[in-house]
Amino acid sequence: MSTAEIIAGRSLFHQAMRRLVRNRLAVFGMVVVVIIALAAIVGPALIFRATGYTYDYIPADSNLVKSFSPSWMHPMGTDNEGRDMLARVLLGGRISLMVGIISTIVSLVIGVAYGATAGYAGGKLDELMMRIVDILFAIPYMMVVIVLLALFGRHTALGQLFLLFIALGAVSWLTMARIVRGQVISLKNQEFILAARATGVPKWKIVLRHLVPNTLGPVIVYATLEVPAVMLLEAFLSFLGLGVQAPLASWGSLASEGIQNIAVFPWQLIFPGVTMALTLFSLNFIGDGLRDALDPQTKKS
Amino acid sequence: MSLLSVRNLRTHFDTDGGVVKAVDDVSFDLEPGKTLGIVGESGSGKSVTNLSIMRLVPSPPGRIVSGQVIFGGKDLLKLPTEEIRKVRGKRIGMIFQDPMSSLNPFMRISRQLMEVTELHMGHSSKQAREHAVNMLHLVGIPDAAARIDSYPHEFSGGMRQRVMIAMALSCRPELLIADEPTTALDVTIQAQILELIKKIKTEIQTSVILITHDLGVVAGMADAIIVMYAGRVFERASAIDLFDRPANPYTKGLLMSVPDPLRESTARGELYQIPGLPPDPANLPTGCPFAPRCDKAADICRREFPPMVQVAPSHESLCHFAKEVYGESAHLHS
Amino acid sequence: MANPLISIRDLKVHFKRRRQVVQAVDGVSLDIYPGETVGLVGESGCGKTTLGRAILRLSEITNGSVFYRDQDLAHLSHSEMQKHRRHLQMIFQDPYASLDPRMTVAQILSEPLDTFSLYKGGERDGRIRELMETVGLSTRFVRRYPHEFSGGQQQRIGIARALAANPDFIVADEPISALDVSIQAQIMNLMERLRRERNLTYLFISHDLRAVRHVSDRVAVMYLGKLVEIADAKTIYDNPLMPYTKALMSAVPVPNPRVEATRRRLVLEGDVPSPINPPHGCRFHTRCPWAVAECRQTEPELREIQPHHWAACIRISPEQPDIEQA
Repeated sequence: MSTAEIIAGRSLFHQAMRRLVRNRLAVFGMVVVVIIALAAIVGPALIFRATGYTYDYIPADSNLVKSFSPSWMHPMGTDNEGRDMLARVLLGGRISLMVGIISTIVSLVIGVAYGATAGYAGGKLDELMMRIVDILFAIPYMMVVIVLLALFGRHTALGQLFLLFIALGAVSWLTMARIVRGQVISLKNQEFILAARATGVPKWKIVLRHLVPNTLGPVIVYATLEVPAVMLLEAFLSFLGLGVQAPLASWGSLASEGIQNIAVFPWQLIFPGVTMALTLFSLNFIGDGLRDALDPQTKKS
Repeated sequence: MSLLSVRNLRTHFDTDGGVVKAVDDVSFDLEPGKTLGIVGESGSGKSVTNLSIMRLVPSPPGRIVSGQVIFGGKDLLKLPTEEIRKVRGKRIGMIFQDPMSSLNPFMRISRQLMEVTELHMGHSSKQAREHAVNMLHLVGIPDAAARIDSYPHEFSGGMRQRVMIAMALSCRPELLIADEPTTALDVTIQAQILELIKKIKTEIQTSVILITHDLGVVAGMADAIIVMYAGRVFERASAIDLFDRPANPYTKGLLMSVPDPLRESTARGELYQIPGLPPDPANLPTGCPFAPRCDKAADICRREFPPMVQVAPSHESLCHFAKEVYGESAHLHS
Repeated sequence: MANPLISIRDLKVHFKRRRQVVQAVDGVSLDIYPGETVGLVGESGCGKTTLGRAILRLSEITNGSVFYRDQDLAHLSHSEMQKHRRHLQMIFQDPYASLDPRMTVAQILSEPLDTFSLYKGGERDGRIRELMETVGLSTRFVRRYPHEFSGGQQQRIGIARALAANPDFIVADEPISALDVSIQAQIMNLMERLRRERNLTYLFISHDLRAVRHVSDRVAVMYLGKLVEIADAKTIYDNPLMPYTKALMSAVPVPNPRVEATRRRLVLEGDVPSPINPPHGCRFHTRCPWAVAECRQTEPELREIQPHHWAACIRISPEQPDIEQA
């Protein structure tokens, strides 16, 4: 029996990550997103410790005009109510990112389960499931979200956020399901699946252990690009006044507030706008980088 | 005077894993009217050699580093791009392994055939069409005039390969390069296509370079053969000499590891097998690239790159022990 | 003669493809005896791959029976079939595609062991190492991924997986076609050694006639879903009786220039017909140089023309086996 050292293998995923790291734009994107995410997570607490400002702290001030341009005290200025913009932008980041990520996770879970089942089942069940998707796809999603929010939205701030997550996620799972189904169908007839069947592996295990992990490539890429898309959707809703309500903030609601005073107090729009744009770009760079990294996927000797 | 003379051709690829020397100092000649077989396994560089002759190597990542490809007195590697285009298709025709990917699936066969002669021979539409029908007839497509307007997918694999041959020979080229032309085809269709190539060779008086990994195919088609391994020519001889008395351990190993229906001696399970794995072109060992798998390998083989030794007129082998191996082969068929 | 290990009786596998019926396998009967290698040859569309899969119920059987030791597999439910799968395994054509790219060798070889609850716990590692050594793979590679191996090594992993649960019968579907010539010999030798050591029975499906002749005891020839000839490996090559087999054997290039230059070739006209609309009567009559009018009407049965040599052709018989003189 050989007692030589076991050589660890390098999975395809590992190789893809190495390729990703060589992509400068993607790395830039990752750095930016990490910085902004960290800032959004710990920023508000730090600011509170340093200055006592929170996103909803309104200082007592007899001035009528409470919106100040950027200064040492308020690096991003203040808004119409005198609240510190930096704190609001960071909170906005927290909420926008959470909405983007959680919605995407929701759509991922539903989409993968649905698509994998339809794809592997094939035949009539697949047709039925996909026709349902087609019908749902035809419904103008914005209307659905708006109606949902209008009907159920006005209870607690948290409840509203929750609803936002579900609504946005529930709408974007359709494309995810289609992508996963397509992948599964093309994988289904590959020989390693046939080999698993020949070995007697039960169907559910084949789907879970063989099919789903091998569809992760496109799924990850799509999910990464979905996050900024959802964030933009949320911004749009908040802009319309349907999303996050004051005193909570998201980048979209901040933009909505800011645009009203753009001529006089431009910083109210510029800061949240630029931060959001930066984040969206970065996420897109990461998504593109992932797609390129995962694409030369099979390396045959 | 050779029709085609390849001298010291080197084609390298820049990859993530380093520089791959796909073709590394390859030289050979093709006499007019003859068929040269290039035999090799995957990674031997035979296809890249072929692409290099026509300057069709994708670059990046590939580049032709040095060498000469002298065709009709001119070095193809030094010609300006428009000149090379005039050679491709007109004086050198190529057919590839997979006819489905070499034919444009969105264009009718008639159009694809006519394009060639309109471009290179200045045919008018009418002339080109007539010529195309004649070519299809020549390659044995039944009902050529009726079927010429079909699309590639309406033909079977064997038929598509015939269409490819028709396209390649449209301008009566002096040289036809066939890269694994029958590998994707059924055995009976393969026999048809090979017979066709033989027939056409005499009718149009074309010389042929046939690239394949199948020793049976090359035995039936080639006048002279070169065996490639790890981007180099390992042996060069006439077909009869190569099979009768190989002078290189790799060639010998290959010949013995192919089940030969006429050789009763091999018991099942005892087919000669060349040990080890094909070489990693990005990581070639020093010395002879075949040394790790060679049962004749000695110290010198691992240290020094082998010389090209002439063992007989028109028979050369890249090996430190070429003459010995040649001597031993005399008993191969007894 | 011992009882056959596998007995296929009038097997039919028909697919529906876009409203047309593909008669991939159309009434095949064949016995495979323990310990032998039966080669199954034919060109594209002949149904040999489908037949191999149908035996293992990887393709749905339309009609007929597949007996494994007296048990008809064709009519079992999926869960009942599960119990027999241990004994009936498969090796695939594309060595890389037959392995899950996300699993290590250890995981790939564990899967059959898990499925059949074999070699659990402490024994598992030992079994995996044993399998790797049996197929000639260094155990240092046990945590590597498929793409880190060469084609030949990948095929060895596939063979090890097929052996994991100690099967009796293995369908090898073009096991060497995707490999380099120098590696093909290695794999053929390996398979033969395993057969002898473990008393395996093989169905060796291939279009490479030279390889089939080398590895097989008997060879069966398929054309458009039907068996047209069955005989010993040597006999099929040296003395084919049915016209299609003659043409097939004649078309195989021999690695010997002198022989190739002088041999008589029987080159068929036309293409291989599609299994969607096979010709009436004898399916080969459209390309057969010896076809007569009756060939269009009658479908020939496999008859024992010479001892242990069966052929399906109405123009030959035990009295007159040579069609060229018929």
